[in-house]
Amino acid sequence: MTVLDTRPGSQYDSSGHPEVVNDFSIVIATVNGSGSQTANNTIIRSIFKMGIPVNGKNIFPSNISGLPTWYTVRVSKDGYVARRQETEILVAFNLQTADADLQSLKEGGACFYPDDYKFMNPRKDVVYYPLPVKQLVKESGADTKLKDYIANMVYVGGLAEILGIDLAKIKEALVKHFNGKAKPVELNYGVVSKAAEYVRQNLPKKDIYRVAPLDLTHGKILIEGNTAAGLGAIFGGVSLVSWYPITPSTSVVDTINEYLHELRTDPASGKLTCAVVQAEDEIAAIGMLVGAGWAGCRAMTATSGPGISLMTEFAGLAYFAEVPLVIWDIMRMGPSTGLPTRTSQGDILTAYFLGHGDTRHVCLLPGNMQECFEFGTTSFDLAEHLQTPVFVLSDLDFGMNLWMTEPFQYPEKPLDRGKVLSEEDLKRLGSFKRYADLEGDGVGWRTLPGNPHPMSAYFSRGTGHNAEAAYSERPDDWEENLDRLARKHDTARTLVPPPVVQTRAGANIGVIAYGSSDPAIVEACDLLEAKGVAIDYLRLRALPLEEITSKFIEEHEILFVVEMNYDGQMHKLLQIHSPENAARLKSIAHCDGLSLTAQFITEKVMSVLQ
Amino acid sequence: MTAAVKEPGAGGAKLNLLGFDRTEYKGKPSTLCSGCGHDSIASQIIAVAWELSLEPHRVIKTSGIGCSSKSPAYFLNRSHGFNSLHGRMPSLTTGAVLANKDLQAISVSGDGDTGSIGLGQYKHLLRRNVPMVYIIENNGVYGLTKGQFSATADEGQKLKYAGVNELPPIDLCLEAIASGCGFVARSFAGDAKQVRELLKAALSYKGGTAVLDIISPCITFNNHEESTKSYSYGKANEERLHDISFIEPQGEIVVDYEEGTAREVRMHDGSTIVLRKLGDDYNPQDRNAAISKLDEAQAKQEFITGLLYINEGRKRIHEALHIVDTPLAELNEAQLRPPREALDKIMADMN
Ligand SMILES: Cc1ncc(C[n+]2csc(CCOP(=O)(O)OP(=O)(O)O)c2C)c(N)n1
Ligand code: SF4
Repeated sequence: MTVLDTRPGSQYDSSGHPEVVNDFSIVIATVNGSGSQTANNTIIRSIFKMGIPVNGKNIFPSNISGLPTWYTVRVSKDGYVARRQETEILVAFNLQTADADLQSLKEGGACFYPDDYKFMNPRKDVVYYPLPVKQLVKESGADTKLKDYIANMVYVGGLAEILGIDLAKIKEALVKHFNGKAKPVELNYGVVSKAAEYVRQNLPKKDIYRVAPLDLTHGKILIEGNTAAGLGAIFGGVSLVSWYPITPSTSVVDTINEYLHELRTDPASGKLTCAVVQAEDEIAAIGMLVGAGWAGCRAMTATSGPGISLMTEFAGLAYFAEVPLVIWDIMRMGPSTGLPTRTSQGDILTAYFLGHGDTRHVCLLPGNMQECFEFGTTSFDLAEHLQTPVFVLSDLDFGMNLWMTEPFQYPEKPLDRGKVLSEEDLKRLGSFKRYADLEGDGVGWRTLPGNPHPMSAYFSRGTGHNAEAAYSERPDDWEENLDRLARKHDTARTLVPPPVVQTRAGANIGVIAYGSSDPAIVEACDLLEAKGVAIDYLRLRALPLEEITSKFIEEHEILFVVEMNYDGQMHKLLQIHSPENAARLKSIAHCDGLSLTAQFITEKVMSVLQ
Repeated sequence: MTAAVKEPGAGGAKLNLLGFDRTEYKGKPSTLCSGCGHDSIASQIIAVAWELSLEPHRVIKTSGIGCSSKSPAYFLNRSHGFNSLHGRMPSLTTGAVLANKDLQAISVSGDGDTGSIGLGQYKHLLRRNVPMVYIIENNGVYGLTKGQFSATADEGQKLKYAGVNELPPIDLCLEAIASGCGFVARSFAGDAKQVRELLKAALSYKGGTAVLDIISPCITFNNHEESTKSYSYGKANEERLHDISFIEPQGEIVVDYEEGTAREVRMHDGSTIVLRKLGDDYNPQDRNAAISKLDEAQAKQEFITGLLYINEGRKRIHEALHIVDTPLAELNEAQLRPPREALDKIMADMN
C-alpha cells in the first residue's frame, strides 16, 4: 500500500465559501499517556499569545494510558469560552477512534491525520491534511523514549501552517512550557517547523478556517482553577493543609506544595509556615482540620465527592462544635465513582446539608478564575468569622483546564480571624461564655488553647451543650442552641458574596446559574437575544441563598435554573427558598459528563417559550 | 516525689510549683458507673498533673467516643478539651498539636475506640509520631453501647447478648511497637502507684507519642471471673516487669535501690525512670525483646505491666514536616501572607 492509496479522496473545495477567522473549534483526539498535553498546551498558548481569546478542555478517561482522550480548543474572536457542540478542525491522531471522530466533523471541516492511516468511511465533504508523522519523527533524531511526544508536535506544525498560527508564538509557548530549557525547546520546535515546512510544500490550504492576530488577550494570564485555588489559599494565610489524593482535586494541593517553599518559608529559620500532611484517608484529613481549626490555624483540604462523603461525620462535628475550616470540593460526576474524570455540579445538596440531623453549611460557588483565587482567601475569612466549615464548590472543568483571566489582585483586606478573645480581653471582660450570642449574630466568642487566662478553657463536643459549653440534654438548651445556629446561618447570608446580576432591556425572563456554567450562559443569553429573546442572568456565588435572589425571582415571569446535575439540585434549593414562586422556576439540567454548551441552553429555553 | 510541692496555701492545702492546690486540676464530677476503672485513671491524671506542675493552659484534652472518652471532662477543668468522634481522636489531636506545638496533649480513648473503629488512625498517628500522651482505657468491651465485644476482648470470653468471642484479641501495645512508637507501657487501673509513675514518665517523654494501655475494668459489663479485664483478674494476675519510679529532672534524686537490681532510663528532658528488677532482667530499650515478651504473654494469656519499650530516637511530626518553631496558630499576618511582589511575579510568569 502506498501512502497515496490510503488518502481519502475529498472533493471538498473551499472556493466560494467565505473564510472564517478566529471563530472555530479544534478537537485533538489522541491516546491517553502519549504526552499530548504538551502539544495541546502549546497550541492554546500560542493562539493566546496572538491576542485571540481561546479556551482548552481536556476530555480524558479515568486511566493512565492507552485510552482515547480529546482535547478541544475553542478559538473565539467574541471571547466565548464555553464548549461548543460543533467541530471545525479535527486532529485524528487516535486510530482507535479516528473513524468515529471523522463523523463528528462539521461539513467543510478539516481533518489532520497520520498519512499511513486508512479511514473506513472517508467523507467527501471535508478537507484532509495527511501528515507524514513517522518520517518527521525519524528525521527529528529523537530517541525512542521521546518518539510519542515528538509525534504530537507534528500536528502542532500542521495546524500552525494551515490555520496561520505564528511559529514565533509557538516557540514562545514552548519556552514557557519547558521553563526556558533550551534542549527540549529546540527538539520540539524543530519538529514543529519541519512539519509546517512539509505542509507548506505539499498540502495546499483548502479549508476556510484561520486565525489572525487580535489584541484581546493583552495583559491576561492562562491558569487552571486548581492552581488559582492553591495560590488563593497560600495568599490567604493557610497554615495547615491535610488531604488525601483524588481526581480532580489533587492539583489544588500540588500547587500549594509547588509554591510553599518559595512563598511560605520563614527567612530566619528556613522552615515552613504551613504544614502539609498527606492523610491516610479523607476522614483523617478533615479530622486534622478540626483539630487545627480549633487550635487557631487556617486549615483546609481539597477533595471530591467520594471524599466529601467520608468527611460527613466530622463536617457535622465541626458545624456543631463551631470550628472553622475550609473544604474545596472539586466536583466530578457521580453517583458513586461515576465518571471520575468528567465534570459535574452534583454535590450541591450533599455539601450544603453534609451531616446528620439539621446541618447546613456555607458554600461558595466560584464562577471564574478570579473567584477561584479570591475564594481561596476569603473562604478562610468567612470560616473564621462565622466559626464554621466553609465549602468551596468548584468542578473539574474549572479545576483542570486552562482559562484566560486578568491577573489576580493582591488581597487588600487584612485576614479576618473572627471573634477570638486574648488573655487581656478576658481580664477586661471578667466573664466568658463560649456560645453566648452577645451581638445577636449567632456567633459566640472563642478562646484558643494556650490562652493562659483561668477563664479561657472550655470543652468542645458534638453532644448537646449550653451557652457555657457545658454538656446539656435539656430541651430548652437544645432549642436555644439550634436557634442560635440558625441566626448564624442568617448572618452568613449577609456575608457571603452576593449574586452577580446582568440585565437586558425589556427582559421578563430570568436565568439562574452558578459555577462553570457561566461561560455557556453568557453565550446563550447573546444567542437568545439575537433570536429576539431578552434574558436577565443571575449568577449565584454562594449558599445560603439571600435577598437579591428572592427579588430576582419575583421580578421575572419565567425563570430557568441551569446546572450540571440530573435532578436539578439548585433548582430544588431555590424552590425551597422561594416556595411561593416554586412553580415558575423551571429546571434546565444537563448531565452527560461534558460541560454545558450555549446551544443546549438555547434549545431548551426556546422549547419552553414556544 | 516532693520536689514540686511548695509550702501549704490558704486552708493548709499543699501547693505545687505554680502555686496551685490539687483542686485546680480537678474536672467535673464523673457520670460514669461508680467503681469504673476509668475514674481511677482520671484521678491519677489529676494527681500527676498537679505533682508535675503542668501548666493547665498548655494542656489540651482530647478523646474519641465511649465511656472512656468522656473522662477528659473529669480532669483538668482549666484545660481546653475536645470530645470528638468515635475512633477519630488521633487525627483531631494531630491537627491541634500541629497547630500549636507548645501544647501538651493528654488524650483518652477506649479499646473499642482505638482497637476497632479507630485502628487505622491509631497506627497512622504512631507512624507520624505526634507528640502526645495517648491513654487507652482498655476494658475489653464496649461500655457506652452496653456490652459488645471490642477488638481487645479475649478469645473464648462470654457476654450476655454477644455470646462467645471466637476471635483473638488485638494487643494494642504490640501494634504500637510495630508502628514505631517510642514509648509503650501497660498498666492496671487498680495499680494506682504504677499508673502514676508511668503517667509521669509519659508526660516527660519528649520523643513523640507515648502510649499507655491501661487495663480498666468495666464493672458493669465486663467484671466477671472469666474476664482478663476484671479487677479480680488484674489483682491476681498482674505480672510486673519491674517496679517503676519516675524522677523529675529538677527533683532531688534519692536512689534507694540496691546495686545490680535496677535499671535507670534517662530521658531527653533529664528525667529518669528507675526500673527495679522483679523477675528477669528486662531491657525496655530492646525492641525485639519487647515484641517477644508481649507475644509470649499473649500466648499464655499473661498480663504483664510496666514500661514495655522506650526509645527517643525518632523524628517527631514537626521535624518531619519542617515547620517553624513558633506555633503555627501564633503566626502573624506578615508571616502568613506572602508580599504583594510575590503575587505580581507569579502573575507575570503566567502570561
Ligand atoms: C460512628 C459511630 N459508630 C458507633 C457509635 C456508637 N458507640 C458509642 S461508644 C461505642 C463503643 C465504645 O467502646 P470503647 O471505646 O471500648 O469505650 P468504653 O465505653 O468501653 O470506655 C460505640 C460503638 C458511635 N458513637 N459512632
Ligand atoms: S459501663 Fe463500664 S466502662 Fe462504662 S462507665 Fe460503666 S463501668 Fe465504666
